[in-house]
Amino acid sequence: MSWLLRKDLVILRRSRLTVATLVLYPVAIALLIGFALSRTPSKPHVDVLDQTPPGETVRVAGRRVTVESYVEGLFSGLDAHRVATRAQAVADVESARSVAAVVIPADIAAKVASATAQAEVQVLYNGNALEQSLVSSQLRSALAEANLGFSEQIQRAAAQAIDVLLRGGDLGSLGAPPDFVGLERLPALLRAQIARTPPGADRRSLEAIESFASFAAQNLGVSKRVLQTVGQPIRIRSSLLSGRRTPLDTFAVVVAVTVSLMFLAVLLAAGGVALEREENALARLVRGLVSREALLLEKVVLAATCSFAVALAMLAGVGAFVSLDWARVALWLAALACGALAFASLGVAIGALAREVRAASLLAFLLSLPLAFLALVPAGAVGRGFYDAIGAISFVFPFKAALQALDAAVNGAHPSLPGAVAHLLALSLVFGLLGRIGLRRAS
Amino acid sequence: MSAPLRVEALGKRYGELAALADVSFEVAPGELVAVLGPNGAGKTTLLSILAGAQAPSSGSVSVAPRDVGWAPQQPALYGKLTVAENLELFARLEGVGDPGAAVRAMLAQTGLEARAGELVANLSGGNRQRVNVAIALIGGPPVLALDEPSASLDPAQRERLWEFVAGLAAAGTSVIFSTHGPGEAQRHADRVLVLDGGRLTFAGTPGELIEAAGGGDLEQALVGFLAVGSAA
Repeated sequence: MSWLLRKDLVILRRSRLTVATLVLYPVAIALLIGFALSRTPSKPHVDVLDQTPPGETVRVAGRRVTVESYVEGLFSGLDAHRVATRAQAVADVESARSVAAVVIPADIAAKVASATAQAEVQVLYNGNALEQSLVSSQLRSALAEANLGFSEQIQRAAAQAIDVLLRGGDLGSLGAPPDFVGLERLPALLRAQIARTPPGADRRSLEAIESFASFAAQNLGVSKRVLQTVGQPIRIRSSLLSGRRTPLDTFAVVVAVTVSLMFLAVLLAAGGVALEREENALARLVRGLVSREALLLEKVVLAATCSFAVALAMLAGVGAFVSLDWARVALWLAALACGALAFASLGVAIGALAREVRAASLLAFLLSLPLAFLALVPAGAVGRGFYDAIGAISFVFPFKAALQALDAAVNGAHPSLPGAVAHLLALSLVFGLLGRIGLRRAS
Repeated sequence: MSAPLRVEALGKRYGELAALADVSFEVAPGELVAVLGPNGAGKTTLLSILAGAQAPSSGSVSVAPRDVGWAPQQPALYGKLTVAENLELFARLEGVGDPGAAVRAMLAQTGLEARAGELVANLSGGNRQRVNVAIALIGGPPVLALDEPSASLDPAQRERLWEFVAGLAAAGTSVIFSTHGPGEAQRHADRVLVLDGGRLTFAGTPGELIEAAGGGDLEQALVGFLAVGSAA
C-alpha cells in the first residue's frame, strides 16, 4: 500500500493545476459561505421623496410627534437618499442607481392624525423579482418597527394623560380645565361632602357619585398596564435548552472549514479511485498485487490526510482573525480527522461507481454541494415534512455530522462531540463498504 | 522446465450472457499460442481470467494469477509517471527482489532506455504498448498473456516485439496471445485456438486450420471456418 500511496503523491505533485483547484476552489467556496453567514445583508439603496411640508407634526393625546422622526425610523434599515422631485426618483430607479424609490405623500400627517384614514407610502420598483422581494421585505420590517416606535410615543402620551386624570393637574388639551381635581382625590372629597350632607335624596346622589368615582379611579390605574400590553402583546425571552450559544462568526468558520474538508476529501478520494479505472490499472492491480480493500484504504488515507491538513491550516489561519478557544485544539483534531475519514469514504464510494476521473469529480461535486446546503437549512425555514426529509438525507451523508462534530469541538455546541464522531465513523464504514461493492468489477 | 498452463472447462457468464463456455486447452512451456476469433468471441475475457483480473464462473486454471504476466488490450499505465517509475512501481508490487535491476533489464529488453525518464502520457501509442508489455514481463512470469499486443505498433515495432516474445518463448515462457491478424498468428504461433461465441471451436496448428478450411492462407481459412461454424 505504501508504494501506491507514494505513486499517488508523485501524481499529485505533478498535477499542480488539479491540486491548486482542489485546494483553492473549496477554500474560496467556504470563505464565500462563511462571509455570507457572518455578515448582515447590506442595506439596499433607496430614494426617498418626502412631500410633507417641513416641520410637519401630528398631535396625539396632547403631544406632537414629528413626521420627520417617523420617516427616520421608517428608513433606518435602508440606505436612504433623499431626492427633491418625483422625476428624479423615477429616473434613479429606471437607471438602477436605486433599487426602489419611496414617496411620502404630503397628506400623511393628516391621515395619521385623523385615526380614520390609513396613511400610505408609495414604493416604485424597477428591479427583478428578487430585488423587489428584498426591498419590500425590508420596508415592511422597517414600517413595523417605525409603527411600533410611533405607537410607543402614543402610549406614553396616553399614559401621561391618564396620570393627570388620576392625580389632577393640567391636561394641556384643548377645552380641558386648567387645574382640575384628579380622580384619586375625588372619592375622599366626596366622602367629606357626604358627611356634611343630611340624609335624603342629595346624600344618596352623592354616595352614588362617590361609589362610581372610587371604581373609576381604581380601574383607570389598571388601564396603564393594559396600554403597555396592547402596545407589545408578546415579547421574546430566549432560553437555550442545551449546549453553548455559538456566535455567528465562529459558526461561519465551522461551516467554511467543513465545506473545505468535504470538497477536498470527496473530490480527491473519488478522483483517486476513478483514476485507477481510467488508466486501466485497476484490473492489473487487483489481480493479486493489491487487494481491493487495501486499494480503497490507501485512497481514503490519502484523501483524508490531505483534507485534514488543509482544513486544519484553514482553521488555524482563520483563528488569527476570529476568537477561537485554542484550549480545545485536541477536540478540533478529533472532529476534523473523523470528518475527513467519512468524507473520504464517501469519495471512494463515488469513485468506485465512476469509470473516469471527470465523471467521478462531477458526481462528487453534484452530490456534495446540495448536501451542504440541505444540512444548513434551519428548522422552520421549510415545511415540517420537507424538513424531516432533509433531516433524513442529511443523516445518511457526512456533512451534517461533520458540521456538528466540528461545531461541538470548536464552540462546545450541542449535540455532543462523541455522538457526532460515532455517527461519522459509522458512515465511514457504510461508504467504505459501498466503495468495496462498487469496485467488484475491475474493468 | 515449468509446468504447462492447463485450462479446464472454463466458463464465464454475465447474467444471461455466456462470454465463455466449456473452454479447455493446454499451453506447454515455451509454446506460443494465438487466440483467434471475431469481436465478442471471448478472447479478452479468456486472457483476463488467466491473469486473475476476472474470476471464472466455472472451470479451472492450473497456474496462479501471480505467475501470469498480463498485458491488457488497453495499456494499463499511469500517464503522470515516467516509464521507469511505472516499471519500478509494478516491480515492487510484484515483489521482485531487485526492482532497480529488473527495471534496467526491462528497459534494455524493450529498447526504452532512452525514454526511461519520459512521462508515459507523452509517449506514442506504440511505445506505451511496449511499456505495457514490459510491465507484464517484469516479474519474470512463467506464463505470458498478451491481449492484442501489436494492435498499436508500426511494422518495425511489431517485428521487434515478436522477436522479443519469441526469445522469451525460447527461454521456456509459455505465451498465449490474442490477435485480429491471422497472418501474425500464422507467422509466430505454434498453435492457434479459435473462439466463437465463447466456445472453443478449433485448437491446432495453423496448418491444421488451413487444412480444415480447405486451403488458402490462414486468414481465408479462419473466415471460411467461422462461416461454416455460423451456418452450422
